[in-house]
Amino acid sequence: MSEETRLRNYHAQVWDEPLLMDKSVKGQRGILVPEAEKEVRDAVGEAKALIPSNMRREQSPDLPEMAQPQVLRHFTRLSQMTMGNDVSNDIGVGTCTMKYSPKVNEALCGMPQMADLHPYQDESTVQGMLEIMYKTRDFLREISGMDEICFQPTSGGQAVYTASSIVRAYHQAKGEGDKRDQVITTMFSHPVDAACPATVGYEVITLMPDKDGYPDFEALKAALSERTAALFITNPEDIGLYNPRIEEFVKLVHSVGGLCFTDQANANGVLGKARAADVGFDMCHFNLHKTFSSPHGGMGPGCGALAVKEHLAKFLPVPVVTKEGKRYGLDYDRPDSIGKVRDFCGNAQVILRTYAWIMSLGAKGLNEVAEIAVLNNNYLERLLLAVPGVTESYGEGKVRLDQIRYSWEKMTADTGVTSEDVERRMTDFGIQAYWLSHHPHVIPEPFTPEPSDSHSKEDIDEWATVMKQISKEAYEEPEKVKSAPHRGITRAVDESAMLLHEECIFTYKKYKKVKAEEK
Amino acid sequence: MAKKRSVVYPYIPNSVAATRSEMLEKTGVKDVEELYVGIPKKLRFKRPLKLPKPLHSELELKRHVSGILGKNKSCEEHLSFLGAGCYQHHVPSVVDTVINRGEFLTAYSGSNYSDMGRFQVMFEYVSMLTDLVGMEVAGFPMYDGSSSGGTALRICARVTGRPEVLVPETVSPLRMKVIENYCRNSEIKAIHRVSCHPDTGLIDLRDVKAKLTANTAGVYLENPSYLGMIETQGREVADLAHENGSLFAVGVNPMSLGVLAPPGDYGADIVSGDTQPLGVHMNYGGGACGFVAVRDVEEHIAELPALMTSIADLEEGEGFGFTLFAWAERLSYAARENAKEYTGTATALWSTANAVYLALMGPQGMKDIGETILQKSHYAKKLLAEIPDLKMPFPSTHFNEFVVNFDGTGKTVSQINAALLKRKIFGGKDLSEEFPRLGQCALYCVSEIHTAKDLKKLARALKEVIA
Repeated sequence: MSEETRLRNYHAQVWDEPLLMDKSVKGQRGILVPEAEKEVRDAVGEAKALIPSNMRREQSPDLPEMAQPQVLRHFTRLSQMTMGNDVSNDIGVGTCTMKYSPKVNEALCGMPQMADLHPYQDESTVQGMLEIMYKTRDFLREISGMDEICFQPTSGGQAVYTASSIVRAYHQAKGEGDKRDQVITTMFSHPVDAACPATVGYEVITLMPDKDGYPDFEALKAALSERTAALFITNPEDIGLYNPRIEEFVKLVHSVGGLCFTDQANANGVLGKARAADVGFDMCHFNLHKTFSSPHGGMGPGCGALAVKEHLAKFLPVPVVTKEGKRYGLDYDRPDSIGKVRDFCGNAQVILRTYAWIMSLGAKGLNEVAEIAVLNNNYLERLLLAVPGVTESYGEGKVRLDQIRYSWEKMTADTGVTSEDVERRMTDFGIQAYWLSHHPHVIPEPFTPEPSDSHSKEDIDEWATVMKQISKEAYEEPEKVKSAPHRGITRAVDESAMLLHEECIFTYKKYKKVKAEEK
Repeated sequence: MAKKRSVVYPYIPNSVAATRSEMLEKTGVKDVEELYVGIPKKLRFKRPLKLPKPLHSELELKRHVSGILGKNKSCEEHLSFLGAGCYQHHVPSVVDTVINRGEFLTAYSGSNYSDMGRFQVMFEYVSMLTDLVGMEVAGFPMYDGSSSGGTALRICARVTGRPEVLVPETVSPLRMKVIENYCRNSEIKAIHRVSCHPDTGLIDLRDVKAKLTANTAGVYLENPSYLGMIETQGREVADLAHENGSLFAVGVNPMSLGVLAPPGDYGADIVSGDTQPLGVHMNYGGGACGFVAVRDVEEHIAELPALMTSIADLEEGEGFGFTLFAWAERLSYAARENAKEYTGTATALWSTANAVYLALMGPQGMKDIGETILQKSHYAKKLLAEIPDLKMPFPSTHFNEFVVNFDGTGKTVSQINAALLKRKIFGGKDLSEEFPRLGQCALYCVSEIHTAKDLKKLARALKEVIA
């Protein structure tokens, strides 16, 4: 490896911050609430008397009592014990497309004309909001090649759930709802591509990878029948290989009357390069909090924009944004709609950020995003494959797009140091812990980096250098890796509670009780 | 003519031509096209995307987008009486400060080591929320109040192994669309609607009794109801459900629970709802933040589809940490199609806001705000009741919302709201299509943000509008 960077002499901010409730001081107040005016109080009397006696809260909630600066300081400290993209190199969080979320978009989201809009305001008062939704819809139609877009789902999972509901509605409308009770997915597709069809009642068949890592085509043939409702497939799959026979997969499923959905939660590598509709897919989705830069928020709120072809548009959830002349509106009157999957119109602020991000880049910029994401990934691959103990899964000699699933299997066999040990150790260098793999771990000791378009060459060099350093340690002083973290936020946690349910403690109250009993 | 500047993208560091060339060289390819050989040629998209001309400079972008947003009329500059599941409350500045911390805002799925702070916030959020609603266990937040209601009902069905649920007829039709889609073709085979007393809007216990059968998995109740009433018969419904071997699920507005009895006090087994009122801006509905809380019963916890973390000892020494997962086998991340329901990215940033909000408010703040809202909303109802031709169809007490009937005015809610809008007032949510049998009714929502002056302004405007 030629591209080494200086290892950071990092140390996390170890605040040793107590639990919020342990900081409570009786009588302190964090914020005061306006009191009803005298004329109001005189007119209606005591609040207590306005509540039916059996519905009055007798015992106050056990919330902490804290002054404002102490609340702020507590949560600021906890923020400093969290490695967001703004502070940390998070190349390792693959399948998640961690990229820069432009601050100007946050400023726009904070405007009262966004933050303080009520979803049931008269349409004439939200023309700007509807315009943003309508135009972003047009952008995503062009990017996906599909005909209609729905922003109501607020995560990739919810988009896949919506797609599953549409599959059900489609076959029911054709009178085949009962007959078609199976959905086919693949092992390297995201787990929700199996879970969402199951959530709406489908039996799920999972295709395993063939010797080259692609979903087994022969297995698909064997799985198809008049019971097939749909194929739910991620492409490129988690391992980063674009399925070269994807068009045949789609055709074959269509030939037995099934629908085809592709999971494009992270579409970074294919923006402007290949479109789901052109492959023949009936539906796809984009995670606007991944490819389209909306911040992930520590697990949401996000948006899973669902794109469908014309023949499925009538099933989309209500309302649908419309435009007549210059006026935008919301259409609830859609008799074939599946109904709703979430309250209101989804996460409007996420749609706004997507609009702004696309407008800042344009067609050429999106092309640049895709090319740099793919270049970054392949550049990182050259560096990582030079690290002792790292191997690549499947696809020898094939070129990957925007992410790769690697394995430490060799290093684990040589040294006993596992991928989870590395995950803990890397935080000692100020690097965000990496994502191993979705379950099950078909590829042993996995890790899945995804250097997105906003990671610099220096970020990538640093990341690879840290991997090289940890590998060196594993071979020379494995205990150092196994006992990590050493300079992180916290020391090693006893994770046995993960396995023993009765030992899990989900609340402060239970924690206090358990600790008291221990004494 | 001056030459146009070449573009380097500020969000894409490696878009610098020299860096790009260097990386291509080190990767061993001449052109980035060589990295796309994996996509069959036939499937390549060959023309440039048709998108508007970009606005590369931040200034132009901001001007353009804020120009579009400027066409909106916000609840800040108007007087709004809209509620119906999304609520305007004061958002403390400290809440916005914390959730705009880049560390929280731009984190995602980092580990319990790298993101311990985020895990601690989730643990504190769960601790406070469960106490507020009178339950014992909850997971990370879910999506919104309605889909959480759907999950609550499906938990009832899975726990009891029974296929039917009872839901009051006053639940919002739009909420029912979410719940019905979520329950279709699931463990739940039928959703029966229970009637409510036409004069009070409260649930009809005789109808609950009549509809409970050996197939009933659970009874769902909302408190306050969609139409605003404080339901007083929670305990009776709980007893009826429990005697029948069914579970009792309650949908709640957590903002009410500084003053109203928490559902846990009147026998709820499962509580669901939306914590948007607790410190989250409405965001045109994007502030929704669902939750499902249960009692500390293993069979119930096992059915929660949310991510969870357990506080844990350290392997050495004093202190605490958090586990990455807890009971992971429940989740689709681990169990794929064998999971209870799907699990995905939900609304963690909003529950961070909730945690900060509840910490600021404390027990006294939640009580104070509950009392202020009760007094102001009852005052508003009183003012409107004094207007001839307006009727308050439900005498029952309410928390923050109440129904107003305009039949006597000869005007539709739509006409009245249009006239109010001219006076910079957003009138209450039109119920005439959702509940046609109520006639021309609107759901008015009042909170701590309204002053006595605002409420009198509303009354005055209504008098003018109906005259």
